[in-house]
This record gives sequence, structure tokens and C-alpha cells, in this order.
Amino acid sequence: MMRARAGETRAALLFISPWIIGFLVFTAWPVINSAYLSLTDYDVINDPNFIGFDNYVTLFQDPKVGLALRNTFVFTVMSVPVQLVVSLGLALLLNSAARATGFFRTVFFLPKMTPPVAIGILLLLLFNGQSGLINSALGLFGIEGPSWTTDPDWVKPGLVLMSLWTVGASVIIILAALRAVPQQLYDSALVDGAGWWRRTLRITVPMISPTLFFLFVVDSINALQSFTEAYTAFFGSGNTTYSNDAALFYVIYLFQQAFEFLHMGYASALAWVLFVVIMVITAVQILLTRRYVYYEGDRP
Amino acid sequence: MKRILVWAALGVISVLFAYPFVWLLSASFKPRGEVFDHRLIPETFTFDNYIKVWQEAPMALWLLNTAFVTVMAAIAVTVTSAMVAWGFAYFRFPGRGPLFGLVLATMMLPGAVTMIPTYLIWNSLGMVGTLTPLWAQNLFGSAFYIFLLRQFFLGLPREPFEAARVDGANNWQIFTRIALPLCRPAIVVTWLFEFQAAWTDLMRPLIYLRDSTTFTVPRGLKALLDQYGFGGEWHWEIVMTASVITTVPMIVLFFVGQRHFVRGIATTGSKG
Repeated sequence: MMRARAGETRAALLFISPWIIGFLVFTAWPVINSAYLSLTDYDVINDPNFIGFDNYVTLFQDPKVGLALRNTFVFTVMSVPVQLVVSLGLALLLNSAARATGFFRTVFFLPKMTPPVAIGILLLLLFNGQSGLINSALGLFGIEGPSWTTDPDWVKPGLVLMSLWTVGASVIIILAALRAVPQQLYDSALVDGAGWWRRTLRITVPMISPTLFFLFVVDSINALQSFTEAYTAFFGSGNTTYSNDAALFYVIYLFQQAFEFLHMGYASALAWVLFVVIMVITAVQILLTRRYVYYEGDRP
Repeated sequence: MKRILVWAALGVISVLFAYPFVWLLSASFKPRGEVFDHRLIPETFTFDNYIKVWQEAPMALWLLNTAFVTVMAAIAVTVTSAMVAWGFAYFRFPGRGPLFGLVLATMMLPGAVTMIPTYLIWNSLGMVGTLTPLWAQNLFGSAFYIFLLRQFFLGLPREPFEAARVDGANNWQIFTRIALPLCRPAIVVTWLFEFQAAWTDLMRPLIYLRDSTTFTVPRGLKALLDQYGFGGEWHWEIVMTASVITTVPMIVLFFVGQRHFVRGIATTGSKG
């Protein structure tokens, strides 16, 4: 249909040129340079020496890398399903409330506007073992709450609970998907006498499974790269006595290696391992869940 | 009956979601000794914390720095992403598909991979310690927004553009006078999303800013936490009040652009 217009390619390239320049300078070159740096001992001050795969060998023997990977996996495995279930629950609730959904949606979403650094501070305050709000509230029921911010066993559950405060965006995304489910599916299910649970499990969840799957993958990728909340609460210059290894996430360790110890070569190797880990996990998620995701039409 | 249960559940959950805000805001008006008393209405009401934050930290300067970075970041990324998106949406040219695939592929690359070489680029330009690295990369567009805006452009009918071309408009005029005004909702969403992202970012300020006079508010808040929180001085009222000051602009931003935020986020999900 489209007639080839003289100069169309040139015009298109002019419009796209900002991205092309940005891609070359801030993506392509950094990727190449990062791969190279990961094979060196670069520390910003001295010229890089090529050391082959030494960084990668060191990395696999570094107990802190093992710890950081474990922490990150545990946090991801705990937080992603919990976040997904909670946001699905909230979206279902909102969807069944006939009126004022706008008000509740606003209340659920607002925490998502909070800067992550303030969320890290709120975590310290709300979950403080002695004076925190959470344990005071638990105390009303006669429960003695744990030391969320100091006990290594409770640091990650605290971070997971805090992360539930910001599920608002997921709630909005799921709510939009719920509203797109055709009403006649429910009507015929009602005729068949299916109850609320049955309708939810047999109709709603399958119909919105592409959205749930999207959130599952994206939330996992984000959880694997968690940084700000945990770094704010448990690391930094002033509170070294307070820093908590149970909150040492992979990207926090990478950040420390790169910008606190200036081990740029080593940190680059850490970054590539993270890249491979994320790719593998995402691929496995896609392969394992593909058959449970329902796409209208014939998308695979 | 069912309706009452739903409303009761929504009410309780709303209180849980709103409580941390109200608690923090209330604490910021309490004297030092009472900040952990968990009362929602301060027993002793005081503005002292706000005065103290202003005296202890260059808060006005931090707000100014953040406002500068945020506005530059949002304007830059909106203008260039819209240009690039238009280039991909309107024109036909060889290699368009693969090139756009490359745009999408960059979204899969973890920030950690490019973080160090990007720092080295700014370091070699002598810009580490300035605010420039916090926003200037946005001059080259951003894959996510390019994707979002392209989707929007693709949904527009082609007739107005062809009519303008017949009337003698050039490519730039078609873009700025017809395409951009038609795509205003998507432009607003991009601007709001990036404004929020730039305002709340902590990692880049941690990497690039050294002197406390160049700090953004989140970076300053982290410094206040390290100094007055567990750093030893135990002046939590200062940290709490600074947290309120950091957060309030985002709350205002949400209420100003609520409609756009909600629609923008809903669209993000449906593109999965």
C-alpha cells in the first residue's frame, strides 16, 4: 500500500538518531567495555591489567557472593508470590465493590509514590523491635513481635511485608485486566450454578493469566535487582555497626564493590553473572508457566 | 450482606495502607521525646522539627537540585522518546523491525551491566560530582517510553498526516503540529512517570554526587539517616520530618496527574 517516498529513510533516521547515538554511547559501548573490564583488575586509579577469568574464579569462591545470591533468591521467592496474591486479592475486592472504587484505588496506589529511600526509613521505624508500630500493634494482641530489623531470620520477612505496601501499581494493572473479562462468561457460569470461588478459579484467573504472568516475570526481575530499600535501611556510611548481612542483596554487594572499594573489574564480573542469572530465571519461568497461560487467539 | 463484607474489608485495608503516611506525618509534628508514642494526633504539637531540618541541612538547596534534575530528566526523555517513537511509528524504512527489536531488547539488560562503564564515561568527562549524569542520558530517549509512545502513535489514523503533507507541511511540522498534540495523553504519562522516577532515585545520586551541596533530596535524606538515625545521634524526628518533605511532592504530583497515572499504569500491564 505504502508508496516508497524519496528521503523517507533519511527522515526516519533523523527522528531515530537520538536513540541510535544513545544506544551506541550508553548501551553498546558500556556492554563491550563491561565485558572487557570483567577480565581485568581495573580500580579507576591504575590502568587495567588483563587477568583472564580470575574475577569469575574469585567470584565463585567469594562467600559474600554466595550469601548475597542466597539472600536475593530467598527474598525473591518470598516476595513475588506474596505480592501477586495480595494484589490479586485487592483487585478482586475492588472489582466487586460497586461504588467508590476510585477512592480505594487511590488509597492503595499512593504508597507507590513514596520514594524508596523513605520506604527504607519507614521500614526501620515501623518494624523496630522495641518501639516500632508493628510490634506495638502485635503487643495489643499479646504477641511479642520479633526484632525485625536486627534478627537475621526476620530481616527478609520484614522487607517482604514492607514491599506489600507498594503493590498498588500491580493492583491497578490486574483491575484493568479483570474489567476486560467478558461478562457473558460469568453469566453462563451463574446459570450452571458455579459459586464465587469456582468462578474465580475457573474463569477469572485463567482469563487474566497473561497479566498475572507478566507481573510474575517483571516482579521477579525487579526483586532480583532489589537495592534501595534494603540499602537505605541496613547499609551506608553512618550505620556500619548496624549493617546487616541478612539484607546484603546481590546488587548492594555489586554497588559496594564498584563504588565503595572501586573494584571495577570484579564488580563488572558480578554484573555479568547477575545478567546470566536473570536471563536463566526468566527463561525457566517462561518455559514452565507457558502452558498455564491462556491467550485468546493462537499466540503460543 | 456480601456488599457490606466487601466494604468492611476495603475499609480495614485502606486504614492499613494509609496508616504509615499518617503516622509519619503526625510524628513530624511531635517533639523528639514523643515521636515513638504512636499517637495519631500529637500530644504536643510543634513546628520545631521543620525549622530544625532547615537549619541542620541545606534542604532548600537539595529541593532546588532535585527540581532541576527532575524537570530536565522529564523534559529531555519526553521530547526525545516521542521523536524516536514517531520515527518508528510513521515512517517505513528497511531494517525498521530489527532496529525496533533492538530497542525492546535493551529493556532486558540489567542496569548493573552498563552502570560501571557509564560511570567511567562521566568520570572521563569530568562530570562526576555534578548533577549532569543524573539527567543527561535522557537526551537519548528511553526504550520503555519509546515503546509506550510508539503504541500510541500507531493507534492514530494516518489521514491528518497525509492531508498536512499535501498542504505542504514538512516532516518536522507534521510531528510537532499534528502528531504531538494528538498524543498529548501519552506525553503527559511519560512526563509524569519520568518525573517520579527522577525525583525518587537514590542509586544514581549515590554513585555520582559527592559534596552535600549537590545532593538531591533522597540522597540528602539518606545522609540525614546515616547521621541522625542509627549513626549515633538518635534524632529520629529530623529523619522523619525530612522523609515527609521528600515524599509530599510525589503525593501532590499524584493528585495533580491521578487520571493519567492510573491510565498509564493500566496500559503498561496490557502490553504484557
